[in-house]
Amino acid sequence: MHFDPAVAADLQRVLSHRLPSALPGPVLERRTFLKLAGAAGFALGVYPLASGAADEPAGLKAFQQPAAFVRIAPDGTTTLTVNRLEFGQGTHTGLALVLAEELDADWSKVRTVHGDANPAYADPLFGMHITGGSNAIHNSYVQYRELGARTRAMLLAAAAQKWGVDAATLRTQNGFVLGAGNKRAGYGELAEAAMQQPVPVQVALKDPKQFRLIGKSTRRLDATAKSTGQQSYGIDVRLPGMQTAVIAHPPVFGAKVKSVDDAAAKNIRGVKAVVRVPVDRGGEGVAVIADGYWPARQGRDALKVEWDTSGVERADSTQLLARYRELARQPGNKRFDADVSKLEGAPHRISAEFAFPYLAHAPMEPLNCTVAFDGQKAELWMGTQMPGLDAMAASKALGVAPTAVKVNTQMAGGGFGRRAIPTSDYVVEACNVAKAARAAGVTGPVRTLWSREDDIKGGYYRPMHVHRAEIGFDDQGNILAWDHVIVGQSILKGSPFEDFMVKDGIDATAVEGMKEPYEIPMRLTVHHPQVNVPVLWWRSVGSTHTAYVMETLIDEVARTSRQDPVALRLKLFGGKQPRHEAALKLAVAQSGYGKKPLPAGHALGVAVHESFHTVVAYVVEASMDKGVPKLHSVTAGVHCNLAVNPLSVEAQIQGAALMGLSTCLPGNAITLKDGVVEQNNFGEYRVARLPDMPKVAVHIVPSADAPTGLGEPGLPPLAPAFANAIARLTGKPAPRELPFPQA
Amino acid sequence: MTTLNINGKDVPVDADPATPLLWALRDTLGMTGTKFGCGQALCGACTVHLNGSPIRSCVTPISAVEGQKVTTIEAVGQDRIGKAVQAAWVKHDVAQCGYCQSGQVMSATALLKSKRKPTDADIDQAMAGNICRCGTYARIRAAIHDAAAQVA
Repeated sequence: MHFDPAVAADLQRVLSHRLPSALPGPVLERRTFLKLAGAAGFALGVYPLASGAADEPAGLKAFQQPAAFVRIAPDGTTTLTVNRLEFGQGTHTGLALVLAEELDADWSKVRTVHGDANPAYADPLFGMHITGGSNAIHNSYVQYRELGARTRAMLLAAAAQKWGVDAATLRTQNGFVLGAGNKRAGYGELAEAAMQQPVPVQVALKDPKQFRLIGKSTRRLDATAKSTGQQSYGIDVRLPGMQTAVIAHPPVFGAKVKSVDDAAAKNIRGVKAVVRVPVDRGGEGVAVIADGYWPARQGRDALKVEWDTSGVERADSTQLLARYRELARQPGNKRFDADVSKLEGAPHRISAEFAFPYLAHAPMEPLNCTVAFDGQKAELWMGTQMPGLDAMAASKALGVAPTAVKVNTQMAGGGFGRRAIPTSDYVVEACNVAKAARAAGVTGPVRTLWSREDDIKGGYYRPMHVHRAEIGFDDQGNILAWDHVIVGQSILKGSPFEDFMVKDGIDATAVEGMKEPYEIPMRLTVHHPQVNVPVLWWRSVGSTHTAYVMETLIDEVARTSRQDPVALRLKLFGGKQPRHEAALKLAVAQSGYGKKPLPAGHALGVAVHESFHTVVAYVVEASMDKGVPKLHSVTAGVHCNLAVNPLSVEAQIQGAALMGLSTCLPGNAITLKDGVVEQNNFGEYRVARLPDMPKVAVHIVPSADAPTGLGEPGLPPLAPAFANAIARLTGKPAPRELPFPQA
Repeated sequence: MTTLNINGKDVPVDADPATPLLWALRDTLGMTGTKFGCGQALCGACTVHLNGSPIRSCVTPISAVEGQKVTTIEAVGQDRIGKAVQAAWVKHDVAQCGYCQSGQVMSATALLKSKRKPTDADIDQAMAGNICRCGTYARIRAAIHDAAAQVA
């Protein structure tokens, strides 16, 4: 999701309007925060810095308070609270580096933990708890630097007091305060005294030239835990007396239970209860609760359920595609206007229609949520990108006050958007199960765990889309007119984000990535059909399809008019896109484009795209192997401003490129027949595997500007670059659909 | 009651003999390092060793492994090759979300046990059954080659 800074201010207002009993205010004075934190049982730690400070710092908000973010134990172990979900993107290393830099911490003693739904851990720009839009580094860079600098100032003040010297005579280095005459004190010794110091409001930040952590390649803090099986995820939460629930979901979204025969299920050893529960979209399911996943799963498979699908639309993707293609021939709601009369009589014309399927996120850790509910209050454990909204949804589902719900954010095994869900579908479902289990006499917390089949069939897909483009251009590749229609479900309609991200009937996430960065006369209109298939943002969101359309069409204009595709792009930037130019030129130079001799049957393809403030250009090398496209190598030029951790930049680009490659592979599609999703598991829903992985060389444009995010931007340009190489190899236009058609 | 030999120890497991080893490990014994990904032997997240060879524990009933040696991610580091693989995983900063990596490490260790100097093609073949949605495959490949060099 891409929030304009301009709409960020709106977000708080809109959310508080849409969710009247929402979070207890995004901005709290420190005293209020501490009180609230205490009431919620929030542990500030053994030696919380500043928690007992006598002087109330004026003007500091909860998210600016070191007490909520930094704990230093007597042995110097420095535990930082990160206000974002770690689910692979490396934010628990990246933001820790940023804070540790200004703190001058000993990196070997730095650890991180997740923040909870406390207001202190809201995104400082958006005022809500959200991990998404590749925004962590972008929105929290200054926040975390200041947190580090404030903590350091308090440690300096404590040392100055201890030694009876002026703090200005002291310096810090690698977890120690140092003074004249070989005075030396570790942060661990000073922490207790430091927390009695006032929290400074104004702090000086380092000159980037002094950085010793930011900008250096640093391994992930969780690398060892994740290589040895020691890392715990939401699915690994184990509580005394915990039961596991597996749900029979309706086969059609929103369908209900007509009848259920649970006799066989109840006979399975370990099954404790079978309950009917409300599920997403007004539907109903049957949950089998047992003393482990296996008996619960066996129980579910033994249920005989008759479903009532009356009154729910049975979506069919073949029929939808035909309907979308029809719609694409008529203009919709207008996003961009331009004079397209020059299409008539243009020396060259391209008329193209593109189709993109529904896509499941399929994170490796199946969705799960554990709920401990005693009838009055609840505690939840899950990997979530939006703990605040989930806590609200849980309180509503359980019928308790928002303050009676505590969310424990857990490390997540991937997500790609699926854990940032405006309806909180799997969380609400888990709460409904916990409530029903309690009513059925089951004691103990209940973990609701989705099977992989539940995940693949469970909806909230990247929406299916059709694009239609009519382009007129001249012999030099100058685009005279471009008429474009997009058809696809709105992701945000009906969500709390609708008020400010759906304007003039157009969902901003459906059109992001269109037109820009090129100077072209484009008319763009949009249709958002209503379909009974839940949809959601999916890693890089609108750019998953807009980048493909834009970058394959620009390339086709270049080929048709015999322009070099790089030169044409540079021309169409109009000198106004320095970051795009730098990224593209870097990828071109590093790839040997136009210079390096290629093996027979190989060709290069190019694409460049900005998403979430970061520009990524790819030059890829591909061939056709018995009619099947094969991707050999990818050379990336990345403009993310200052690269906080180049090793992580490389990982994110490699990973996003691979996920982009997945979208090209035949079988990477969700289809529906008569309302039922046709895929079940990784057998039918194909994703890229190790033999598919190309070599990916990542090059970063040097920059000292405030950093931009990396979680998503590496995905969009991969498929079009690959497709452009195929077009060069086959002499035909790039494939007009993803995944590529089966050879 | 089924007696399993897990990481060198005999462990009684009170579960239906048809229970997959994965769920006996995770839910009965509380050993959560081995991961649930698909339940159909399609993703490799649940890979453990049976007498040194990789198996998918999500489709292997405990009755089928009784009396045989099961090694999991919790103990594979006690083995020289397993230890080298884990060290290479850290050195190459392989993990992203990390959820699939227990299975990746188990598959890679089994590969190096049978082939001390695997080629890229060997790696393709041995690791194709382990899905990583984050796309860490390039670093997995590099780490396997590195681990092979370390134990050579």
